[in-house]
Amino acid sequence: MEARGIPLVEMRDVSLSFGGVHAVERASLDIYEGEVMAVVGHNGAGKSTLAKILSGAYRRDSGSIRIRGEEAAIANPRDAKRYGIETIYQMLALADNVDAAANLFLGRELRTRWGTLDDIAMEAEARRVMGRLNPLFQRFKDPVKTLSGGQRQSVAIARAILFNAQVLIMDEPTAALGPQETAQVGELIRKLKRDGIGILLISHDIHDVFDLADRICAMKNGRIVGTAPVTDVTKDEVLGMIILGKCPPGAVPGPGAVA
Amino acid sequence: MTSLIPAPARTRPLAVLLKAAELDTRLLGMIGVVILIWIGFHVLSGGLFLTPRNLWNLSVQSSPIAIMATGMVLVIVTRNIDLSVGSMLGFVGMIMGVVQSDFLPKLLGFEHPVTWALTLAAGLCLGVLLGALQGFVIAYLGVPAFIVTLGGLLVWRGAAWWVTSGQTVAPLDATFRLMGGGPEGSIGAAWSWAVGLVACVAVLLLIANGRARRKKFDFPLRPLAADIFLGGVACALALAAVAVFNAYPWPIGSVRRYAEANHVALPEGGLFIAHGIAIPVLIAIGVGVAMTFLATRTRFGRYAYAIGGNPEAAELAGINTRWVILKIFMLMGLLAAISGAVSIARLNAATNSEGTLAELLVIAAAVIGGTSLAGGVGTVAGAMLGAVLMQSLQSGMVLLGVDTPLQNIVVGVVLVAAVWLDTLYRRRAG
Repeated sequence: MEARGIPLVEMRDVSLSFGGVHAVERASLDIYEGEVMAVVGHNGAGKSTLAKILSGAYRRDSGSIRIRGEEAAIANPRDAKRYGIETIYQMLALADNVDAAANLFLGRELRTRWGTLDDIAMEAEARRVMGRLNPLFQRFKDPVKTLSGGQRQSVAIARAILFNAQVLIMDEPTAALGPQETAQVGELIRKLKRDGIGILLISHDIHDVFDLADRICAMKNGRIVGTAPVTDVTKDEVLGMIILGKCPPGAVPGPGAVA
Repeated sequence: MTSLIPAPARTRPLAVLLKAAELDTRLLGMIGVVILIWIGFHVLSGGLFLTPRNLWNLSVQSSPIAIMATGMVLVIVTRNIDLSVGSMLGFVGMIMGVVQSDFLPKLLGFEHPVTWALTLAAGLCLGVLLGALQGFVIAYLGVPAFIVTLGGLLVWRGAAWWVTSGQTVAPLDATFRLMGGGPEGSIGAAWSWAVGLVACVAVLLLIANGRARRKKFDFPLRPLAADIFLGGVACALALAAVAVFNAYPWPIGSVRRYAEANHVALPEGGLFIAHGIAIPVLIAIGVGVAMTFLATRTRFGRYAYAIGGNPEAAELAGINTRWVILKIFMLMGLLAAISGAVSIARLNAATNSEGTLAELLVIAAAVIGGTSLAGGVGTVAGAMLGAVLMQSLQSGMVLLGVDTPLQNIVVGVVLVAAVWLDTLYRRRAG
């Protein structure tokens, strides 16, 4: 494989257990700038957990995470955001009773010089960002729960790109979307790739993954079975990795590969 | 059957007007209901309700519940509840009574000018501590708020009795008593007009500031006519209220005492000394303004609403949810202490039963005012209006000579009806 410099994100031997359940066991993963790394696997394979470790929602038990070669201490969502890691959660994690602008800036509000919330500035920024993503969106003052699924998705995506993310984690982004919105998300991912952002894409949809991703990583029972460029494996081989733990010749095996 | 689908906005001029003015129709509806109740009672009681005296009394009676209702809004918004506010009020009231009639006189002597301030400070600190204790158990130990505050209801009520083994503490310090209202506990005509004018200027400044900031970002502005109309109505209401309070004269006994003390000759027809705005009402308004600011303009308030809307989303956004909830309960304790001070000052006595069942009225006021028990929704202004509404009902029924048990029945029915109407409104408004 050609040398690509230091990876944007490097996770080494990351483990997390909940009680006796090894949700993630010695997982190692790289994401390079401008690439989409997809993580696939069954429900309960540990893909969302791995993503949440990177996003700070869970704190790992052991292992290391490096951002651009530097050791990163990610103990909570705030830390992750400081490293430029933004997340679009499966359930979107939007506060339903608050409007779009408030959600965009949740936890990172703009303030006036007297320390009060600068709602007008936040709305202006919201209009700017949402305008790039979804020019027809106008309902900035309505609570988010009154918006359609696709509009809510736009708000979640806008929140992630508003703060100049270097790494974007997308957990099942198209699971609740129709075909047109899925295509829009695909367009967005391609654009972000061109901007040099590294994307961690969690998905159970093999077709989406082969469409959008550069590399695939399959997990089973909390362990990584194998990692490969999308061009070096077939869909059936990936299914084999997910279901049987069988690592194909085109992939680099991980701790979960069956011998 | 009437259609549940509203007509298009174009054909409903009132709706268009309200939308342009960006007014909360729910709040307007509530104001309308209060006015209807007032007019209804005025007619039924043969002209006794809408008098300066009754309205002044109404304002004072609403204050303790209104003060606590502002805090209860934030508690309920974050999907919690506080059943202990009445007992906290009673316990803090007893402590304040003992401090000013027993503890401080030993240190400073009787009727020291600073006694009231030290007593109030002690009471507020105690309120915050009680709230912090409950908030800690709720937020950091994970015990449900219902249970913790139910325990608090029992514990603080017992503690209130324990302070003096059930004895009533009376009378209270003369300066402290002013916080309860009454002739001396009101600010008089001149100051009341001053307060009214300040309120007018503040409203106009707020509207002007809002326009300026929107212009800065080229946002669409409310039509100037709407802004002027709103400003005018707000000013008119403020000044009308002041006029009503200034129309309520001191009772003859107080006037005589005042004349003697200040060596003023009493003219034949008596001296008209206006009450003006009562101090507890001023306190309630101040609390209302501060709480509205806190809830709408600070990060703390924003986080409270976010936690109520989606606690997980708030956590993932990096908000320290437990700390926010702890602070909310501390704030509730502080407000209960303020209410306690006003309540015992009005009675001129601290009793261990003060505030019994107040929590139910406070919760009812918040809920009638539009706070949803599911969390995430509610306004401070609505809660204070809810307190006024409930107090108007009770006050009106007293004027009509309705027995207390029947009063309770009516209040209970109104509470359920109000929440049912609110549910309908929300469903329809989406």
